[in-house]
Amino acid sequence: MTRVHDMGGRFGDGAFHPESEDDPVFAEDWHARALAVTLASGFLGQWNIDVSRHTRERLSPKDYTRFSYYEKWISGLADLLVENGVLTRDDLRGTGEEGRHPLADRMLKAESVAAALAKGGPAERPSNVPVNFEIGQEVCTARPAANRLVDGGHTRLPIYATGAKGRILKLHGTHVLPDSNAHGLGEAPEPLYAVAFPASELWAAPENPKDEVVLDLWQSYLEPL
Amino acid sequence: MPHDNHDHPHALLPPEPALRVKALETILTRKGLIDPAALDEIIDTYQNKIGPQNGARVVAKAWADPEFRQALLEDATPVVADLGYYGRQGEHMVVVENTPEQHNMVVCTLCSCYPWPLLGIPPGWYKSDSYRARAVREPRKVLAEFGVTLPKDTSVRVWDSTAEIRYLVLPMRPDGTDGLSEDELAALVSRDSMIGTGLPKVPS
Repeated sequence: MTRVHDMGGRFGDGAFHPESEDDPVFAEDWHARALAVTLASGFLGQWNIDVSRHTRERLSPKDYTRFSYYEKWISGLADLLVENGVLTRDDLRGTGEEGRHPLADRMLKAESVAAALAKGGPAERPSNVPVNFEIGQEVCTARPAANRLVDGGHTRLPIYATGAKGRILKLHGTHVLPDSNAHGLGEAPEPLYAVAFPASELWAAPENPKDEVVLDLWQSYLEPL
Repeated sequence: MPHDNHDHPHALLPPEPALRVKALETILTRKGLIDPAALDEIIDTYQNKIGPQNGARVVAKAWADPEFRQALLEDATPVVADLGYYGRQGEHMVVVENTPEQHNMVVCTLCSCYPWPLLGIPPGWYKSDSYRARAVREPRKVLAEFGVTLPKDTSVRVWDSTAEIRYLVLPMRPDGTDGLSEDELAALVSRDSMIGTGLPKVPS
């Protein structure tokens, strides 16, 4: 019900070989450039973090799988720029109009970078939605895992945790709902909880019955037991 | 907004990734939408200024100062902000403490969420399909691939960063570190020990 990015619990990926902690932050110069172009373009203010995540997730499964990490970023950025009207397809082809862009006043300047990165973008907002669950309460996640506002839309309930029983560990406050914010439907803040699930609730063959997975889940993803 | 457009604009750019980045940078620069000097500044920030040394300082302070540790575990965001560690991808911080009974480990199965102001840009393995897929289902096998074997009676709690909360693991202070300064303690704190896939170094 979700998309190719939703890979928690998937079988078949095999072992991996962690890099040394002394390896460079960016393995290739273009990785650094891809990160920086993406961040700088974000400061034009034409999309939010949920829109940008959803754009990467909408890469076709074939592209998502074959692209390396920063290829996903840069390809997602090209899609974001065109879908949000910043660039045209002709611009990407190199045949677009020349001249100063209407958004040029918003360009992130070198001297503003430190302050812009330090400012961040908090997701906590005041909300009138009442807090329905208390710490320790047993809850069940919605099933199927899906955006209930937009079919096929962005959601942050992974498929491996759908229809699972857990208990409320912590209330994080009221946060912007990605399912709404990714689609121009407003921030719709609501209570966000850390919810603990026993491994045996998620996996057919858990490694150890005492292990748990904790997910941060919005109230509308949860039902009382 | 259409969410499944099979004619993705990115296909209009050169397929080779380094050229694809370069093409986009050139187009945006020509239109006055990005400043190449700002890109250099962003890269310098995450290459040289913000990295796991920040998190290590927080951990060392928590090991050395019980009141700081208590405040950190109760509400980490203002506590680390006081040390100057706030900003993009670290707006809502939670610190989780390892004990003999429970080991904590952090993943983002849906993308690559990571506490940038404290740990910098995530390493390649953290963003890999293998780590994202396996950390939640078989954390002990994953830990073994990092050379970490936990006692059988230690439970594992894996935190999947599905919202804008960012997690930092507070590892257990190694034995034989009495009398070390905060700087000496910080030198023992590896990046992976703050993700939960490693342990702090043992003093020589």
